[in-house]
Amino acid sequence: MIRLCIAAFTMTFAIPIPVAAQEAVAHITANGSTPATELVVHSTTDYVIFRPALEAFVAKNPTVSITYEQWGSNALYAQSLAACEGDLPKADAVFSSAIHQMVALVNHACASPYRSAATAALAPTRRWRDELWGVTHEAAVIIYNTKLVPATDAPRTRFALLDLMRQPGTTYDGKIATYDIEASGLGYLLAFADSLEATTFGALLEGFARSNAVATCCSAEIIKGVADGRYLIAYNVLGSYIDPVASENIGVIKPEDYTLFLSRAYMIPRGARNPVMSAALLDFLLSPEGQSVLADRNLVDRGDSEDTNLPISAQRDIAIEPALLVAIDQHRRVRFIDQWRSSFRPK
Amino acid sequence: MADTSTAQWSLLSRVMTAVLAVLAVGGVIVAVASWTYGRSAARQAYDRLLVGAAQDIAESIDVIDGAPLTDLPVSAFGLLGLAADDRITYAVRGPNGGLLTGHETARLPEGLRRRTGDTEFFDAEMQGEPARFVTVVRRFAERDFSGNVTVTVGQTLLARNAMAMTLARGALTAAAFAGAVLIVIAFLVVRSAMRPLGRIADNLLARDPYDLTPMETNVPSEVGVMLVALNRFMLRLDRQVDALRHLISDTAHQLRTPVAAIRAQAELAVEQDTPARQAQRLERLLRRTRSLGELLDQILSRALVIHRTDNAPPVPVDLRDIALAVIEERDHELIAPGVPVALVIGPDPIIVMADEISLREAAKNLLVNAMRHGKPSIRIGVSAQGAVASLWVEDSGSGPSPDVLSRLGGRFESSALAGGTGSGLGLSIVRSVAEAFGGRLCFATTDSGFRAALELPAREERAP
Repeated sequence: MIRLCIAAFTMTFAIPIPVAAQEAVAHITANGSTPATELVVHSTTDYVIFRPALEAFVAKNPTVSITYEQWGSNALYAQSLAACEGDLPKADAVFSSAIHQMVALVNHACASPYRSAATAALAPTRRWRDELWGVTHEAAVIIYNTKLVPATDAPRTRFALLDLMRQPGTTYDGKIATYDIEASGLGYLLAFADSLEATTFGALLEGFARSNAVATCCSAEIIKGVADGRYLIAYNVLGSYIDPVASENIGVIKPEDYTLFLSRAYMIPRGARNPVMSAALLDFLLSPEGQSVLADRNLVDRGDSEDTNLPISAQRDIAIEPALLVAIDQHRRVRFIDQWRSSFRPK
Repeated sequence: MADTSTAQWSLLSRVMTAVLAVLAVGGVIVAVASWTYGRSAARQAYDRLLVGAAQDIAESIDVIDGAPLTDLPVSAFGLLGLAADDRITYAVRGPNGGLLTGHETARLPEGLRRRTGDTEFFDAEMQGEPARFVTVVRRFAERDFSGNVTVTVGQTLLARNAMAMTLARGALTAAAFAGAVLIVIAFLVVRSAMRPLGRIADNLLARDPYDLTPMETNVPSEVGVMLVALNRFMLRLDRQVDALRHLISDTAHQLRTPVAAIRAQAELAVEQDTPARQAQRLERLLRRTRSLGELLDQILSRALVIHRTDNAPPVPVDLRDIALAVIEERDHELIAPGVPVALVIGPDPIIVMADEISLREAAKNLLVNAMRHGKPSIRIGVSAQGAVASLWVEDSGSGPSPDVLSRLGGRFESSALAGGTGSGLGLSIVRSVAEAFGGRLCFATTDSGFRAALELPAREERAP
């Protein structure tokens, strides 16, 4: 679904190159320039929402053209690891929302270090070893269909969501959606962070089971489902995927008990052909101008959505740190998915 | 002035060089020691984290459906995360060494043999970077699974090295500060210790060239040693200068009368017209000339004695040898031929600390004096009474009158006594020798006559 979407999009703006592994490829150059340097960026972020930032960068650096390859997170991890071992050509930059996989790559000595004023200004939870940087700041939110869910029912906390799911009756039965953590690296990461954050996670799984919640792939599909009324409520959706114009009947809630914030991680692979330009792109993305462009596409949370009364203590950044290695441990994953499966009956 | 200042500076710089050398060597030792200490401290601290994390992981292993399954604890990585920038690797392996979970690369390097301990540390590389590993063992004995599961955890060394560096730098900073303080203190101490030398130099430079009085010795003892030596040197110089001055004035004084007499005799001889009278005058002239010769001998002898007593170090001398040598030289026979001289010595050696040549001159003078002024018979002898050894000469006369006696030993006495033939220098030589070696010249009237004795402190032990 999303693949088709992106393919159609890139057809409009750039020349698509069909390669088996990546989902889409786009070339970006500044208008009327003849770029000397090609910067290859591997990313999990939808090209559509990341394009303005890239265009702003090439506008400031006309000698650079960017080849933007969009990958699924698991495929990107596998490709980057293989490139690190020297089996495949290396990208100049890797940019992924599956930050546990990025931490694993850095931990495997696949990154090269870089320091600048902009990276040094990042919070400690948003950088590791000067090799991995959290560029975006996005909330994992609850969304609901404003037309079908009464304002009194809109769950402002996980506890409210639990109460909804425990209600007898069939209003929300089969109408609550969340990521399928087996299919989505991001969904797995968010669920894993939830499991570390609070004991409500067990209760949530139980609630999902009781209300016959739907686990499905992909942000766009979930958001579209909520907008259409196929689902009433979706849990743990990245705010950046919600287009405020296209989906006007979608309400966004940052849970008040705690809200997870994710920073998509940027890495310069060791042995990249163009590390200097890659670092320049990083500095641009972290600069006030770059952050402003990202904020326009909801990639940097401005804290001005409809429910802004989120106390600081309820903001939980998913820290970019080696503890995320636990998330990709084989056994831990087996256990976690077992627990997940036992809640979601196969459909 | 320039000489003194360069000498002082060179002493100061020498001491400072030594201090700096000591500090440099000490600094190297402290650096090595603190780095070693820092490394071992860091190693211990982070090894504990490592083993804590490994045990955490080992504890999380459960046996589910007949297979060990790890519930990898975040707390273990929280522990390892205390070394914020270090990369981590881990592996959980089953009884046959197969990887259950984690990284295939986290393993004991080829060639290293596993020991039997449950907790084992080793150093290996992690993706080309040096790293520290620990392996712990968890034993299972369940119904459906039994055997050992090993947990290996490794971490790179950034935090360890940073901690070691911090510890070493702290120690070195303290040591460097102490060293700097030491240098300043050493500089001040040395400079203040050298200050008396400068004062002495100024004092000496400011002195009158003829001022040979001792300098003040109220200085630190090390400098005092030098100052005492300097004072003694000046004292000797003073004596020498004094002696020279006396010798010159004495010599002039002594020579004036005989030379005048010789000239008078010579003039008389020229004026005589008969050869017989002329011969008589020439005879007197000869006598006067001979007498002048003796006088010169004595003057030289005295100069010799003064020189030797100041310069020759005292050695053990047997007084009997001196008496014997004087008799054997037979000089006295020239003065009074035919007068017998008896030698009175005992069987035991009588040892004094003195200079043999000076003593011999003194003895010779005593003997000549007795022969010239005393009455035969004459005896020369050596005796010891307790701590006093004496070399004496005795004649059979009654000695000089008390009036003369009281003035004997001065420099110009014999002129009055002997009417020009003797000089009186003789006794003054004896007195000089006596004083130079801590003794004295004394006169006594005995039963058998008049005795002049040179008394010296006897040396207790026998000469070897």
